[in-house]
Amino acid sequence: MLSRTADHLFWMSRYIERAENLARLLDVTWQMSLVPQPVEVANQNWNAIIALNSLEEAFAKKYATVNAENVLRFMVSDTDNYASIHSCLRLARENAHAVRGTITTEMWETLNSTWLEAREKTFEQLYNAGIADFFEWVKMRSSLSRGTTLGTLLQDVSYHFIRLGILLERADNTARILDVKYHVLRPHGEEEGATDFYQWGALLRSVSAFEVYRKAYRDVITPERVAELLILRMDMPRSLHFCMNGVVKNLDLIANNLSNETQRQAGLLHAQLHYARVEDILEHGLHEWLTDFMDRIYLLGNGISKDFLVPMVEAA
Amino acid sequence: MNFYNEMMDANGGVRSHYQGYDEWLKATPPERIARKRAEADLAFHRVGITFAVYGEEAGKERLIPFDIIPRIIPSAEWTSMQAGLRQRVKALNMFLNDIYHDQEILKAGKIPAEQILNNAQYRPVMKGIDVPGGVYAHIAGVDIVRAGAGEFYVLEDNLRVPSGVSYMLEDRKMMMRLFPELFAKHKVAPVQHYPDMLLEKLRAVAPNGVSDPTVVVLTPGAYNSAYFEHTFLAQQMGVELVEGRDLYVKNETVYMRTTQGPQRVDVIYRRIDDDYMDPEVFRADSTLGVPGILRAYQAGNVTLANAIGTGVADDKSIYPYVPEMIRFYLGEEPTLNNVPTHMCRKPEELKYVLAHLSELVVKEVHGAGGYGMLVGPAATKAEIERFRALLIAKPDGYIAQPTLALSNCPTFVEEGIAPRHLDLRPFVLSSGKDVDMVPGGLTRVALTEGSLVVNSSQGGGTKDTWILEN
Repeated sequence: MLSRTADHLFWMSRYIERAENLARLLDVTWQMSLVPQPVEVANQNWNAIIALNSLEEAFAKKYATVNAENVLRFMVSDTDNYASIHSCLRLARENAHAVRGTITTEMWETLNSTWLEAREKTFEQLYNAGIADFFEWVKMRSSLSRGTTLGTLLQDVSYHFIRLGILLERADNTARILDVKYHVLRPHGEEEGATDFYQWGALLRSVSAFEVYRKAYRDVITPERVAELLILRMDMPRSLHFCMNGVVKNLDLIANNLSNETQRQAGLLHAQLHYARVEDILEHGLHEWLTDFMDRIYLLGNGISKDFLVPMVEAA
Repeated sequence: MNFYNEMMDANGGVRSHYQGYDEWLKATPPERIARKRAEADLAFHRVGITFAVYGEEAGKERLIPFDIIPRIIPSAEWTSMQAGLRQRVKALNMFLNDIYHDQEILKAGKIPAEQILNNAQYRPVMKGIDVPGGVYAHIAGVDIVRAGAGEFYVLEDNLRVPSGVSYMLEDRKMMMRLFPELFAKHKVAPVQHYPDMLLEKLRAVAPNGVSDPTVVVLTPGAYNSAYFEHTFLAQQMGVELVEGRDLYVKNETVYMRTTQGPQRVDVIYRRIDDDYMDPEVFRADSTLGVPGILRAYQAGNVTLANAIGTGVADDKSIYPYVPEMIRFYLGEEPTLNNVPTHMCRKPEELKYVLAHLSELVVKEVHGAGGYGMLVGPAATKAEIERFRALLIAKPDGYIAQPTLALSNCPTFVEEGIAPRHLDLRPFVLSSGKDVDMVPGGLTRVALTEGSLVVNSSQGGGTKDTWILEN
């Protein structure tokens, strides 16, 4: 397969997955902000989203204060913000457009109509209609795109690059959601009151893990178990372990003679998740552990790019 | 002026090869026709068979109107036309081979040397290069019009990057889908094997020693007006569609960047003009091409289809010499007519042209796509005067031809069914061993009443083209 084609497929799937996860993160933050709390605390939560994406500067250029509405506007509809949901949906569609001949008609039509519909609505319209509905819509469109891919695309190398993009992006995004929310919640977690239950519940719901948690533990929600579920649980589709499992598998399927080191890095990270204990991770410090994980995901992305997508050319 | 009607004879009777269609049309309820026409529009939109330039947000894709009344050509007429096309394209390829080698035709004085050597489309870099099979124009789109019964004229030979073949194929697919019963009733010669034929020809001109060549289609990219056709042909042939940035040259060899490392490319069906192919040699600002590709080409390690420098043979200033080429290289009389052409660079012919502007068609020598031309009988006084000034200022930039009585064919228009002028573009494929084509070609129709300009950029439409087998 042409490297450029693989590059478009990889980023097409990363952007749609990123849009979905951003919708999830904003959704959970929005849900949590509905529980009575001091304004500073609420704004701190919104600020964490900006910080998490290293967008402080870009945000400060356009908005005077950090509050729910400004952050939502910036992260949902701002066309200047390359990381907004709006931008992600546009970029997913642009990448798909460039490889129309490689993806199926259904896939193209899904991403194209998602973008066409998204650009129709102003932020005010979305906000007034209930922003949670919009987040739900983004999640559904991402599911639809995944579903048409699974249901219509030949499972050859193009499918592997698409899966790789989705899983790598999701691993990074789940780590981010957990990192930003765990620390907001943890200090109050000593005595588990009703508030904490709702907060943890919202976090779990944001990664579709509330019912999963119930099924897996049949017990009250504790921060340790939440961390365990989202990091180590192998059969939970949004956990880090699950994602890395798929990354390793798909990398093996596309391996070339440049990709040894990238495969080794992926395998190592996977093994470390496979044999880890949540106690050790928490003792080491969850934030430090997640930061390290995200750095390594970033390096993996670079490795994939170097080995497959934009290979260096020897001088002519 | 009296026009030859493809369907009806002078007395209003239906020509024999249209009788089956005519009966069907009369027997089919108008509502069904209307429904089918709407269905065709919808399907073309959904598949995205569009041509206009994509805006940044790709909202403005335009359809080429499709007409459901086919253009039917009886087998005997096609047989003679096909022979004429073979002869013509063969001679044109021999001409290209000659002028980039020994230039016998110039030595023999058949064409003034300066007409060739000073032509902007003549590429000195091609001098002395041997191309596989001696073929330069692997794909030729020859535009043919009919003036009367059996009277066909070649309007122009498109030897650079002729387009439109995807419409020919999609039009047929659409007709078969909408009206299968018509195909049960008529023996219409199939055209759907065109991509296979094209691939076979491209493989046949692979560089020496390459037995299983890698063929690619090179496109300027998604924003090119013919991008649909590029993806279509690559997909139908099962080869990669590449852009310039996907290719690079190392050791005089072309490679494409793939996820499994570099892969050698042997034959490039390129849909990029000469000027943009290699920034090292042609336009330095081109980002569409591949630096160094001409070195690889000169070394014989890659085949370009069409070759570099074919424009000198389809240039309108060279067109008048094609019959002479056929006589010179093949020792035959041309089967297809050339339109009598006045070369305005000759003072006495310019004088004649200036005196008869309102009767003539004036064309820019390097123009294409129906731009920059004057159709005298349809022009306003102001337009004629504008061209008069242009001709006087730059006579060698123009040719003039009598206005042909282009044939017409019944066509669905707003008011119902009315005759509209049309032409035919067969796609002629050459590999050195033989010259081939699928029966028929793309029929283009001028949808504006009285208009003689069929180009899609000027609002033209298309029809399915039927060659009836006996």
